Amino acid sequence: MAKAFPFTAIVGQDEMKRSLLIAAVDPSIGGVLVFGDRGTGKSTAIRSLAALMPKVPMVDGCAFNIDPAQAQDCPCERCQSPTAQPKPRMAPIPVVDLPLGVTEDRVIGALDLQRALKDGEKAFEPGLLARAHRGFLYIDEVNLLEDHIVDSLLDVAASGENVVEREGMSVRHPARFVLVGSGNPEEGELRPQLLDRFGLSVEVRTPQAIADRVEIVQQRDAFERDPAAFAKRQQRKEGRIRSQLKAARENVDSVDVPMNVVERAAALCMELGTDGLRGELTLVRAMRANAALAGREAAGLADLKMLAPSVLRHRLRRDPLDESGSNARIERAMLAVLDD
Amino acid sequence: MTDDDQALGDQRWQDAALAAACIAVGGHALGGVRVRSRAGPVRDEWLRALRALYPKDTPWRKVPVGCASARLLGGLDLAATLQGGALVAERGLLAEVHEGVALLAMAERTSAQVIGILCSVLDAGEVTVEREGVRAQYLCRPTLVALDEGVDDEALVETLRDRLAIEIVLDDIGIASVDDFPWSHVVIEDARSCFSSVIIEDQQVAALCRAADAFGLSSPRVSLLAARVARALAALDRRTSVEESDLEVALRLTVIPRATRLPQAPEAEATEEAQQDESPPEDTETNEAEEPEDRPAAAPGEAERLLEAAKAQLPEDLLAQLMAKSVRRGGAKSSGKSGAQQRHKLRGRPMGSVAGDPRRGGRMDVIGTLRAAAPWQRLRPSRAGRSGLAIQSDDFRIVRYRQRSQSVTIFVVDASGSSALYRLAEAKGAVELLLSESYVRRDEVALIAFRGSEAELLLPPTRSLVRAKRALSALPGGGGTPLASALQLTGEMVEQLERRGSTPSYVVFTDGRANVSRDGSKGREVAIEDAQQAARHLRLQSSVSGLVIDTSPRPHRTAEELASALGARYLPLPNADAEKLQMAIRRVAA
Repeated sequence: MAKAFPFTAIVGQDEMKRSLLIAAVDPSIGGVLVFGDRGTGKSTAIRSLAALMPKVPMVDGCAFNIDPAQAQDCPCERCQSPTAQPKPRMAPIPVVDLPLGVTEDRVIGALDLQRALKDGEKAFEPGLLARAHRGFLYIDEVNLLEDHIVDSLLDVAASGENVVEREGMSVRHPARFVLVGSGNPEEGELRPQLLDRFGLSVEVRTPQAIADRVEIVQQRDAFERDPAAFAKRQQRKEGRIRSQLKAARENVDSVDVPMNVVERAAALCMELGTDGLRGELTLVRAMRANAALAGREAAGLADLKMLAPSVLRHRLRRDPLDESGSNARIERAMLAVLDD
Repeated sequence: MTDDDQALGDQRWQDAALAAACIAVGGHALGGVRVRSRAGPVRDEWLRALRALYPKDTPWRKVPVGCASARLLGGLDLAATLQGGALVAERGLLAEVHEGVALLAMAERTSAQVIGILCSVLDAGEVTVEREGVRAQYLCRPTLVALDEGVDDEALVETLRDRLAIEIVLDDIGIASVDDFPWSHVVIEDARSCFSSVIIEDQQVAALCRAADAFGLSSPRVSLLAARVARALAALDRRTSVEESDLEVALRLTVIPRATRLPQAPEAEATEEAQQDESPPEDTETNEAEEPEDRPAAAPGEAERLLEAAKAQLPEDLLAQLMAKSVRRGGAKSSGKSGAQQRHKLRGRPMGSVAGDPRRGGRMDVIGTLRAAAPWQRLRPSRAGRSGLAIQSDDFRIVRYRQRSQSVTIFVVDASGSSALYRLAEAKGAVELLLSESYVRRDEVALIAFRGSEAELLLPPTRSLVRAKRALSALPGGGGTPLASALQLTGEMVEQLERRGSTPSYVVFTDGRANVSRDGSKGREVAIEDAQQAARHLRLQSSVSGLVIDTSPRPHRTAEELASALGARYLPLPNADAEKLQMAIRRVAA
């Protein structure tokens, strides 16, 4: 497998990097959508995430990434074996790529053809959803994904469980994953149901300062000339982020969000007229994760200001003809609500 | 052919030769080359000469237009699997071109799916297959040669174009200019082996970035590719450091063909840079605070020299091309999706299965296949020593899908002087309303405007509302009324869309007062006669539903006559408030 460009060597794009880390701290925030210009390192950033992931316990020999504490939910022979206790092993949180041209059977899992043909045995071969359980599922060019695959993803993402009823098989297994999608808005719009699944959305732009572009080209050039040495130089920085992430995952539940901050968050959502309560809820969770990443015990108004655009951008009821864009609307609302 | 033409042709051929050498040296690191040319002897010669630059056993494969992603990626070899009784994977085309050359035929017509796959291969250098029970990952580092035969607004999709380092045009090269390339494959191989050790200075990188910016190219990828092209050129010259001449040629091969604007005068450039230097964007600060990295600022002198050199190389028609591009806006982005029919095999609601070959891109119905094979089992001789079903290829069943066919509303807007005077703004407003209506229904819209001497396609069918809105608001008014030309263009588009499997309908906003005839000459009587004829032709040609909205201040006979010639509904705008309009369109599109 080709070496991925290190996360810490990506120039700029702080909102994207921050959002990905926040989603890694608290998966219940619900995924990240990265939309933007060509050549801004969207896929690079997401693929580089894998190297930062802390390890979590999983059942050894189980293809469903099951937590040993929840082995009873797993359909595999290993976890259901009446004799052997499931053995735990530590493995990094998975980052699974949904390749283009993927077929439905490989996404949700299907009859294991090899075993069916060879031994006449009816066995279930887990798909990418099983492999992404407790980790990330990355879809590049998310707006090019075929409709029927989107349908099965949405259903599973909503229920946290993959139910397969096909080819005479009936299997269910837990599948909770953080959906990460990237794409170019010029290729087409996303279905609202899919848009709704993402907790955070990020718009990436080409860096405007020439100095940044120069640095991007130089970093990339250095990386390609000697990937191993380049990765080594970033090792310490990556290690720092990894331990930051690990600590944040442990502490996130104890981070306090003061009442006045929650009130402001609610007021902001009200001002923007977002549907339902999901905006507020995600905003509070994201603030908490952000504070945990910074090693703070409480979230503040600064977190709110920093995160409101990513959390609310794709939740505004869209006036399809209003070109002023979501960003401007959020900024206006923040001025109205926060700076009084 | 004049001497000038010959000289230009020679120059272009030399560039084309350099381009070929570069990609042969740089390989996958450069992505590949986009060759803009019609099919013909010059292109054939260029390809032949390119092939001679590689060792004999280099994989050389053609990706045909309409190539199914199943063929590209590989997957399950069903026949072999059933015959052998064990899972047999089929190698895809991509598996065969590792470290080789992939020719993308008719690149402008490639489907979005295939483009996406090729882009991910160029980015990752490997292929991941997750198809039909097959799971595989293999290295794949091909060089892509995209043969772009597009004319006018048909062109290779930007996402792929962005990843190919070099662009060349072979169209203006006469066969007399064609010559063998001055390198043997041994020289190239030498250069290839020292490519990775060529060093490009930080200042040179900075100069390339600045030059790219001056030509309006902000994607860092372009500068990155230009830097690699410069390194390949140095390697070709057996040097380990990049010289200024390499940068110049790299600029000519990589940056200039994509230019979206001309470099500004040096003074303006300087002040712009000064401003940027004074106010670094805030978001980079946190980054720098962590570990200060000294960014070498390019010596401005070098960047300027490079720009001067680049300007001297500018093709004469660049400005004209740029002008044409800015006028035609959305048109250049047409992606020529030809996969609509193929998509029917995979999308929509399943509606039973039919006999067919799953390798042509359909989805296999396993149970259906087994069921089809079952009754024949006793009749088929069972192979010795093997139990299990005997399945033959004519047992294969594939799932059929029904897809709601995409409806496309074509808006034909009269932007001529007579219309502009009265109600172009109102017509624009009405179109906007209708656009948002189409958006809600996920329909596609297309926009044709006519004024002056000819109608033009402002926006090919799209679902992107933002683009539609932009195209519309940029529409100027004034000039003659080439109604016949507009109707003809509408007819062509209707035909195209029907061939693609969509359901088109059209809405014409006009006062019907044509005064420019089909050949572009003025004269009201001939023009109206032409328009009538074009209308009747459109009516005969297909049974699409249409609507004529009369934009004249008082309902006028000409527009009504036009509607009846078209067999379309007629609606005068004065009586039509927005809601009525919407209702009318809904009825037409339904």
